[in-house]
Amino acid sequence: MSVDTVGHAAATPNELQPYLELGLSEDEYERIRQILDRRPTQSELAMYSIMWSEHCSYKSSKVHLRQFADKAPRSDRLLAGMGANAGVVRVSDTVAVTFKVESHNHPSFVEPYQGAATGVGGIVRDILAMGARPVAVMDSLRFGAAGHPDTARVLPGVVAGIGGYGNCLGLPNVGGEVVFDPSYQGNPLVNALCLGVLPVDRLQSKAASGAGNVVVLMGAKTGRDGIGGVSVLASATFDDEADQRRPSVQVGDPFTEKLLIEACLELFEARLVVGVQDLGGAGLTCALTETAAAAGTGMRVWLERVPLREPSMEPHEILASESQERMLLVVEPDKLDAVLKTADKWGVLATAIGEVTAPTAPDEPGRLAVTWRDEMVVDAPPGSLVDDGPVYARPMREPADLILLQADRAETLPRPADPDALRETVLRMAASPNLCDKTWVTEQYDRYVLGNTVLAQPQDAGVIRIDERGGLGVALSVDGNGRYARLDPYVGARLALAEAYRNVAVTGARPVAVTDCLNFGSPEDPAVMWQFAEAVRGLAEGCAELNIPVTGGNVSFYNQTGAAAIHPTPVVGVLGVLDDVSQRVPMGFDQDGDVIILLGETHAELSGSEWAWEVHGHLGGVPPQVDLARERLLGEVIADAAAKGHVSSAHDLSDGGLVQALIESCMRRGLGARVALPDEFTAGSMPFLYLFSESAGRAIVAVPRGHEKAFTAICTERGLPWTGIGVVDAHGGELEIRGQFTIPLDELREAWSGTLPRLFGAEASGAALETADEASETALEAADEAAPETAAEAAPETETAADPEAAPEAE
Amino acid sequence: MTTRIGIVTFPGSLDDGDAARAARIGGAEVVRLWHAESDLRQVDAVILPGGFSYGDYLRCGAIARFAPVMEAITKAVPDGLPVLGICNGFQILCEAHLLPGALTRNGHLHFRTRDQALRIESPDTAWTNAYEPGQEIIIPVKNGEGRYVADDHTLDELTAEGRIVARYAGGNPNGSLRDIAAVANEGGTVVGIMPHPEHAVETLTGPSLDGLGFFASILKHLVGTQK
Repeated sequence: MSVDTVGHAAATPNELQPYLELGLSEDEYERIRQILDRRPTQSELAMYSIMWSEHCSYKSSKVHLRQFADKAPRSDRLLAGMGANAGVVRVSDTVAVTFKVESHNHPSFVEPYQGAATGVGGIVRDILAMGARPVAVMDSLRFGAAGHPDTARVLPGVVAGIGGYGNCLGLPNVGGEVVFDPSYQGNPLVNALCLGVLPVDRLQSKAASGAGNVVVLMGAKTGRDGIGGVSVLASATFDDEADQRRPSVQVGDPFTEKLLIEACLELFEARLVVGVQDLGGAGLTCALTETAAAAGTGMRVWLERVPLREPSMEPHEILASESQERMLLVVEPDKLDAVLKTADKWGVLATAIGEVTAPTAPDEPGRLAVTWRDEMVVDAPPGSLVDDGPVYARPMREPADLILLQADRAETLPRPADPDALRETVLRMAASPNLCDKTWVTEQYDRYVLGNTVLAQPQDAGVIRIDERGGLGVALSVDGNGRYARLDPYVGARLALAEAYRNVAVTGARPVAVTDCLNFGSPEDPAVMWQFAEAVRGLAEGCAELNIPVTGGNVSFYNQTGAAAIHPTPVVGVLGVLDDVSQRVPMGFDQDGDVIILLGETHAELSGSEWAWEVHGHLGGVPPQVDLARERLLGEVIADAAAKGHVSSAHDLSDGGLVQALIESCMRRGLGARVALPDEFTAGSMPFLYLFSESAGRAIVAVPRGHEKAFTAICTERGLPWTGIGVVDAHGGELEIRGQFTIPLDELREAWSGTLPRLFGAEASGAALETADEASETALEAADEAAPETAAEAAPETETAADPEAAPEAE
Repeated sequence: MTTRIGIVTFPGSLDDGDAARAARIGGAEVVRLWHAESDLRQVDAVILPGGFSYGDYLRCGAIARFAPVMEAITKAVPDGLPVLGICNGFQILCEAHLLPGALTRNGHLHFRTRDQALRIESPDTAWTNAYEPGQEIIIPVKNGEGRYVADDHTLDELTAEGRIVARYAGGNPNGSLRDIAAVANEGGTVVGIMPHPEHAVETLTGPSLDGLGFFASILKHLVGTQK
């Protein structure tokens, strides 16, 4: 086998190269030739095609994303921001947290279990690379129509993959979203978020500084999995051959990742590394070039030293492989032994594969020189791969159908106008896939491990204690609404921000930072590009108004199948701080006689609502208005009142409106409520409007008897509209909307909780239960004596028959 | 004299920190034990925590039973060393033949996390003597392979000898035979339990404080047996 060397490339300038197949344009290829002053070698071409792909270079989004930095409020909390592996926010004098959300959409469609699993693994390594211990995960999931047969393939696999990986890593899953919409049919969204905690002085850098330092690759062996993941899967539109792309999906091994985490943290704690970078999309290529470019140094790498899973791999494959569970470390030579020893203690492979080199001349950038069995296969300036990629100001045009779409308002749709019809609508909406109980999904995740989970789903935000002695905690929520963004991407992005902010604020936390995952169609479509630009503008301006910076995130383009793009879906994560986490406010009613107060104002806002979509299949009009000053006020009032003991629970209003919030608050602990509508909302279809409008800036709070005067005085003083709407009734066992209807909680629960098991597995699992019983009992009877192994061996057979996707998992 | 409870960490152990916290809250001194060492460091009792030791890739607990620390524990059990295996720890105890039966894939094939009601069937063990017989407690259960199985003869024997320590109440979360959640060895010193008492020791983070009884029990047991 002959390898394409630098010498050979210089001698054969006219050799044809498959740059188009690798996703590079004619212009981009020419530019590479200019940079190198020759044609690239096969390895170099692979590296440029990866690093200049949309996924790695942000070439279409860069010009817009600058707004996040330009418009960001200055914050002395921010220790690392955009451009780092993840943003780092100081939450006390000595403790910082880091968090980021990232997409793994295309792999999760091609191979749901592994796609979603490695999505979790990837974001966890980003957090680890900052020097932090990962302490929690969340996930924001969007699937096609709930009843579509392909959703029955994708959803169970994605959920099992997230659980399989996260549970085995020992990270509590504390929240997220599950949304169904036909626009995601061929293109589900799997956005994974991870939270990490670190001492302020343990913050790590990715810069490979210090000529002579050793470059160490630690973790799993490198294999042929995931080659071209970023350029093939993440940076192109899906077509009919999507199912042939399975080799581009990586395969995860959470056990190795767990050991990698422990080994890395021990190295960080002992101050044994100078620089560290995770290997994710673009594998070794990205890690080598980014660490060198960050330090302005060069690097010499002996590629044959990389431990391989498959010995026949060629150099360009090794450089492009996206094998999981690997980290790159930069280590001073005299600390190498200690590093290798720590890796050995945890049973993790660690191999010195290269060294940091100085630039040849003071003004010159360093060079990345890679050899393969003594032959030079790469000789390129690392900065040219990382920073000099193309930047496009792509054409943008408002979608042609937008004016008509916005004119088709949901406020004109027929509404239920009598109590019976309203009651029926309430039950139907509670059972709808987007509003129903998500326990079927979330109970597949461990929310208890690490013992610091204060609130987890179905709460509005996940709340994690990060300091057991001092009581410091953080709250996290991740939200988005593709329908709103489809109707108006600027407002839609602000609504996503407002909802995540509100979800964090109702727990009593003070929001301090934002991460985002921007999921859109093809940037080559001017209508999609316009949606993207509007969403970024909305989010950047919104963050400035709320005075909380975007600290990092991810752009995912090409979320479309053929010509059909997904709804533009900016997903926003907000992080808040609770100085005393024991003061957190939960969402469920838990005290008889508490007074229920609605905060905020209710307008006739039904366009883009869950009701319009579920009942009428309608999407049109303009989304609800956003008033971020009001959101801020709402958060401040709840935090203030909670600190004074005036609030026993608080729940944000969003999809499904007031009645959905009431149902969820009742279901949490099985307490009923009696609600009376304000006078102006009692006639005709006004009760419906009050219950189902999706106006933003609202929450319900339950205020203990005797505190209502003090609570409402705070609202009045601060100028926050409030309406007393009812009381918590622990004994009646029903939800009553006076003058309209009464629904027993049992009936409500049956409607609300039955949907997902019916769609994804109650019957199947019931049958499996019997089969498994019989199979292992038969096996046991057949055995002469009760050897435990027999029983254990009997189970995998049943498991394989019933669920081929299933991976080994238990705790 | 303070009671020393050893918490073993295998590669892939996850709830080791939680078990340590719970033992501390219960009033014990915690000693962390490493899988590769066979020195039990004079601990008075041992907890094998939850997790996925060795990734559970071969069979849950099948590799962990061969760890040097397990050899030492197995040797010390006949002399009365109390051992509590939680979740993966229970699986390891079965693989090591310190407890009868086995834990197999949940009947419904999913990992499942729930706040689970249990009925304490036997307070006559080193780890449950602080409970009343028949007492109902609520602690988290979370596993993918928690379905307890054994042959009828063993199950009858366990029942007759009062070695079924706890049963699931209000619904069986994984298809365990006879709703078994926890069993003990003949001496009542070694207990394996699938749900997680160590996750129910603080009001802020747990569904209840019902798990504390396991840690109170072992302290009581050790005081009673001290020479």
